[in-house]
Amino acid sequence: MKQRDRILAVMAVLLALAVVTPFTGSYLILLITQALILGILAMSLDILLGFTGLPSLGQAAYLGMGAYLTAILAAHYDFGLGWSFWVVVVLGILIGAVTAAFFGLFAIRATGVYFLMITLALGMCVWGLAYRWNSMTGGDNGINLPARPEFGIQLADGVTYFYVVLGFFVVSLVMLYVLVRSPFGRSLVGIRERELRMRILGYNTWLHKYIAFIIAGGFGGLAGVLWAHLSGNVSPQVVILATSVDALLMVVLGGPGTLVGGAIGAGVVVFLRDYLSTVVPWWQYVLGGVYVLTILYLPGGLMGIPERIRHRRALSGNPEETKKPESAS
Amino acid sequence: MNAQFWLIQSFNGISYGALLFLLASGLTLIFGVMRIVNLSHGAYFLLGGYIALSVISATGSWVLAVPVAALAVAVVGLVMERVFLRPLGFDPLRQVLLTVGFAFLFQQAALDIWGGNNLDITPPEMLRGSTVVGGLHLPIYRIFMIGMAVVLGAILWLVMEKTRAGAMIRAAVDDSQMARGVGIDTSRVSMFIFALGAFLAALAGVIGGGFLGIYPGLDFEILPVAFAVVIIGGMGSLTGAAVGSLIVGLADNFGKALFPEISYFTLYAPMVLILAVKPTGLFGRE
Repeated sequence: MKQRDRILAVMAVLLALAVVTPFTGSYLILLITQALILGILAMSLDILLGFTGLPSLGQAAYLGMGAYLTAILAAHYDFGLGWSFWVVVVLGILIGAVTAAFFGLFAIRATGVYFLMITLALGMCVWGLAYRWNSMTGGDNGINLPARPEFGIQLADGVTYFYVVLGFFVVSLVMLYVLVRSPFGRSLVGIRERELRMRILGYNTWLHKYIAFIIAGGFGGLAGVLWAHLSGNVSPQVVILATSVDALLMVVLGGPGTLVGGAIGAGVVVFLRDYLSTVVPWWQYVLGGVYVLTILYLPGGLMGIPERIRHRRALSGNPEETKKPESAS
Repeated sequence: MNAQFWLIQSFNGISYGALLFLLASGLTLIFGVMRIVNLSHGAYFLLGGYIALSVISATGSWVLAVPVAALAVAVVGLVMERVFLRPLGFDPLRQVLLTVGFAFLFQQAALDIWGGNNLDITPPEMLRGSTVVGGLHLPIYRIFMIGMAVVLGAILWLVMEKTRAGAMIRAAVDDSQMARGVGIDTSRVSMFIFALGAFLAALAGVIGGGFLGIYPGLDFEILPVAFAVVIIGGMGSLTGAAVGSLIVGLADNFGKALFPEISYFTLYAPMVLILAVKPTGLFGRE
């Protein structure tokens, strides 16, 4: 598929989603909205994992920062429930970015297993504060938000909120797409492939990774703001290790380095975790199975499947088919 | 806050540290030899506790439950390493996701088999109650935990330092490529270490079950704490695991007693600092 066809395909899917969603039940609307929000989180993680080669095990921290900021401002200061919602959005992005800027100072130097461990530890720091800092975060019970914002339009309405979230999703997708296609994004891929060579070529790889880390944190914070208003309650459950691990699975399942793959993965994980769990008691077998099977059989994720089929056809020895991949791509 | 407070809290911290040592000693060896971030280690802990419960309810013998649970989980670990982890090759991210997938599978299996209630492993009569040492009432079970950690630590140390197998493991930790080069079968060493790690985690689960209880979710509660121990002490180092366990056990206890609002932060912030400043931990080697 050409790049233009891909963009058209993504636009078609998003358009279909925008048209079809209001006609599904209110529960499905909720789930789709949730998948879009976690899709933003997964895409932010894809910037690190898929494009820069940094497997962060603490992406939930930024989701948590954005969500707690929103909840605390709304519940304690009545702020962000009208037009000021947009101020909270900006603040949420900022707090995610600032947190990442602080965490990045510790994390960026580490590589491989050490990067996994330090991001895990940083995520656990945020969790620890959320869990124990009762006066600020409400401890284990978390914080209940009074209501969703209202400014001309009522976000309390499920469909309206879905469209707002879809808008944020599209804007995030476009911005991240522009980012990864930019020279900066290209150099991130260069760092992923061979950091030493990039350094020899004169790139400040630390700074590149640091900036990518901050950008990912900012989008994570945005997802947090949207998440807080979706669920109406922000508790330490948002920042537990499983959330960060789920975000990783979303990216790996969808296909690292594809952006939209993360969103697709988010859809699958939300479906398994939140929909299937209401239908069957053994949903966690399916979720665990998806983890194991993805790792064993889908190294390129769902987005990598067409490529693999083409590859397999090419290998099967049909001369006409073998020519195709070259001419098609 | 008098001397008694400090003594009791220190004792509690040390005994919690002893439990952490049982759990983390296996994790640190797995980490050191195989560089695997094993996120199903908490599940081994939980499974150990649950299997022990079943053995106790079937035979009534706690003494029998300890080795049976530990061996059963060791077999689980062995199979996981041989069938799934070994063919995966070296890719930290995929190892993390694979082991977490198994952790979810074990979690669900435990829920189906043993239910979602908070269960307790009742230790034998002689380990219950408390004793008075120097004017302090100390639970015998906590003293037993410390004893267990000391004995097991000593055995592990002897095996690692004084036997041929231990020398092979140490060689694999230091430089697995070189170890292979001089004819050490690192694949078998890895298999053994993974099974041993699962064994120790399950053992910790049985012993910890009489102290923390056994309930769904305990696996992911205890896992990051075990990682904190491993990181602070240094991956692959038993001495590190021992010191790290003490530090984390005490930090956890005093953190909760003195600064409850930031108690977990005081646990994980040192982990971040150590990783940032000296990623190999206090006792790890490059």
